[in-house]
Amino acid sequence: MVEPYLRLLVAQVRGQTQYRASFVVELVFSTLMTALDVVTVFVIFSVNDRLGGFGGTEVLMIVGIAAFGFPAADLVVGNVERLRVYVRTGLLDAVLVRPLSALGQLVAMDFSVRRAGRVVQGTALYVVALVVAPVVWSPGAVVLVVLAPLSATVFFGAIFVVGATVAFWWIESGEIANAFTYGGRDFTSYPMTVFSGLFRRVFAYGLGFAFVAYLPALALLGRSDPIGAPDWLRWCSPLVALFAAGVAALFWRTGIRHYRSTGS
Amino acid sequence: MSDTSTSGLPRILAVVAAAGFRRHSTYRQATIAGAFTNTMFGFMRCYIMLSVVDVTGQAGGYDRAQLATFVWVGQGLLAVVNFWTPPELAERVRSGDVVADLLRPVDLMAMVLATDLGRAGYALITRFVVPVVVGMLAFDLFLPADPLTYAAFAVSVLLAVLISATCLHLVALTAFWLMDVRGVTMVWALLSGAASGLYFPLTLLPDWLATLLWVGTPFPSLMQAPLDVLVGRGSAALMVAGQVAWLAVVVALARVVQRRALNRLVIQGG
Amino acid sequence: MTAVIKTSALRKDFTVWHKTGRLRRQRRVVSAVDGVDLTVTEGELLGYIGPNGAGKSTTLKMMTGILSPSGGQVSVCGLTPVPQRTTLALRIGVVFGQRSQLWWDLPLSESFSLLRHVYRVPAADHAARLRRCRELLDLDAFLATPVRQLSLGQRMRGELTAALLHGPKVLFLDEPTIGLDVLSKQAVRGFLAELDARGDTTVVLTTHDLADIEKLCRRLVVIDHGRVVHDGTVAQLHAAYRSRRRVVVDLDAPWPADLVLPGASVERVEADGLRVTIALEDTTAGELLGRLAGSVALRDLSVREPEIDDVIARLYAGR
Ligand SMILES: Nc1ncnc2c1ncn2[C@@H]1O[C@H](COP(=O)(O)OP(=O)(O)OP(=O)(O)O)[C@@H](O)[C@H]1O
Ligand SMILES: [Mg+2]
Repeated sequence: MVEPYLRLLVAQVRGQTQYRASFVVELVFSTLMTALDVVTVFVIFSVNDRLGGFGGTEVLMIVGIAAFGFPAADLVVGNVERLRVYVRTGLLDAVLVRPLSALGQLVAMDFSVRRAGRVVQGTALYVVALVVAPVVWSPGAVVLVVLAPLSATVFFGAIFVVGATVAFWWIESGEIANAFTYGGRDFTSYPMTVFSGLFRRVFAYGLGFAFVAYLPALALLGRSDPIGAPDWLRWCSPLVALFAAGVAALFWRTGIRHYRSTGS
Repeated sequence: MSDTSTSGLPRILAVVAAAGFRRHSTYRQATIAGAFTNTMFGFMRCYIMLSVVDVTGQAGGYDRAQLATFVWVGQGLLAVVNFWTPPELAERVRSGDVVADLLRPVDLMAMVLATDLGRAGYALITRFVVPVVVGMLAFDLFLPADPLTYAAFAVSVLLAVLISATCLHLVALTAFWLMDVRGVTMVWALLSGAASGLYFPLTLLPDWLATLLWVGTPFPSLMQAPLDVLVGRGSAALMVAGQVAWLAVVVALARVVQRRALNRLVIQGG
Repeated sequence: MTAVIKTSALRKDFTVWHKTGRLRRQRRVVSAVDGVDLTVTEGELLGYIGPNGAGKSTTLKMMTGILSPSGGQVSVCGLTPVPQRTTLALRIGVVFGQRSQLWWDLPLSESFSLLRHVYRVPAADHAARLRRCRELLDLDAFLATPVRQLSLGQRMRGELTAALLHGPKVLFLDEPTIGLDVLSKQAVRGFLAELDARGDTTVVLTTHDLADIEKLCRRLVVIDHGRVVHDGTVAQLHAAYRSRRRVVVDLDAPWPADLVLPGASVERVEADGLRVTIALEDTTAGELLGRLAGSVALRDLSVREPEIDDVIARLYAGR
């Protein structure tokens, strides 16, 4: 089943590594870029040595989950961003006449190895967080330790897909997806307590970004949500991620029927 | 082409800038999408900064209103001062189209800067305005009382646009030597984002590091300087003077590099 | 004979926005395909032609599952293209002359072996089909060349091969001869004729080169503004549009302007009256010659068959 996709992927990675010097530079710098996001959180943290009522290791826990989930999703499906180009130029035609899933092909055809460095870095950060943060261990926590970063990955993957799908309706959608992908990454790296108002209600709970890192981190740390979400909700990230994936699949299916190709 | 002699260089550059303006005004939907994204980031960063300031009433020497202004005007400036759009010239060098640019009777760098000023002008009346207005409606922003401050801010923004465009031109010029400028572009994106005050005010950094950035790099001139001029933190005259100095440095550097690049093109072919 | 492709009342509307002012825009619906009924039986080689913008490519895109129809039905190999896209893709081959399906950076041969895995073709079948294509299309010289370095003609031969390696039942060709030189065109036509002769592949061919049609297609469907305006053989088209044969005569003395020719009409007088083109309407070439021989000094003559270009041009112009 996956073999054809793997072949596509290998063919495309081979093409990529032809430009070796540029490849290494990009691998290094895209890793540094991600490090910078983490540094930003801690520069802001350093002002008061607390952030939204949370201490350093607690913030690290939140950052750790987000710093794994986003790059992992980016590695796997981040390149659906390129859908915009395929739709505008009509290149998607060639994808659609092959006997494989269109999404699968897009992912395999633009797979970018240089994003792998960030996943390694995110994993390291998450492991450090687990070691230094005051995790309240329980069987549930052990399961969540594994599921939380995976759910974050699935959730961000869904965001990537939904964001890219916008191009089916709105070709010149430009950066709008960035508000939710890169915006979502920044948003989920902070405790939700730093935000407030309608903005927090919409992004954190309405769109579900609180479930990416904040709520599972609270569960692992044995803290209740100061904002008032019921305790059981902290364990629901996997369900939310699955739901998001379902929504993304729906968007994708509807979107691809709206594909209009190009003239000629 | 033939009217080079009759109409002076300033006129030509004005026409080029107007073309840059018009070209970007055709990307209307992308402009809306970009403004939306800047606004979303504005909310996020503003809440984060306010949560920091609310603990002691100040952060990095800014009060609540100043910091809110810093964030929202910063989101607006992000589109005006070009940070991330990869320089078109690099692609033209790679494809060989640059030869057509060199046939024009105007200096390459002057063309590039004029085009970017046109782009910045369009961004100013669209993508700058949206987040600033939204920020004003949603938060208490600091609005300087002295009209002179606004004038100084305008000058500082202009300088920031020019410095950024010149630096990006330098990045693009590396295409004459490197096959692929993506690596260099990423280095630029990394440094200009982190060291310019875009992600957080540089005053939150340890003093020695902040000073090093101000003195040793052009990056604070891109964002931190105009914003500090606006919210009145530090001496406006000093910051604008610093920007002028940096503009002089990067322009001189770009002249030298461009001359070498073009020589190389003439000698080695495209 | 079983129907391989069947469409009924098939339509596709595009909504386009027109700028009417600085900010105002007006919505307009373009019916690219406007109720097409078509049945193609197994083994047929169908010429699908029409002027620019007639809706040919749009029809093909609906048949291949790229676009979903706005109305009507389409079935190909008994499948509904959009919902059953991936299943259908295994049974059809597609070449869009304007666009490549090959991998830009890979040598042609690697593109081919990649396609084997994508379509899950048994190695032996794949090898056999590739061998045949290599012979018929002369691929050997550039099999190892990356696709981006191929000339248009070479690439098109590669595209044809790529579309056939999985042994499709139906082949869709959208302007496969566009931009090719005479030799490449001949290679492609020869290849398609051979394919047609074997009779197991149904082909739908769009083209603007009517020589393709004349050489290859028995059946011709002409569409315009999204509607079928002719469906039949080339001969039927000539009959329907009353295409005429012509007799061109060269004379020793200028053409007498007052000569009356029943059942024929003088189309053109050239070379100071020494060359005359006469269209046959209700008469035969023999009768005409008999009449001419008695009245003018004939030096030379030729009979011209009606040209497909003419009839198509009249068909397009008279719309
Ligand atoms: N993606 C699209 N969006 C809007 N209109 C389209 C689109 N694709 C095609 N059209 C319009 O539909 C009509 C039919 O286009 P189509 O490409 O099917 O024509 P065609 O017969 O293939 O023409 P040609 O011979 O020029 O290739 C044209 O008027 C075209 O402008
Ligand atoms: Mg067409």
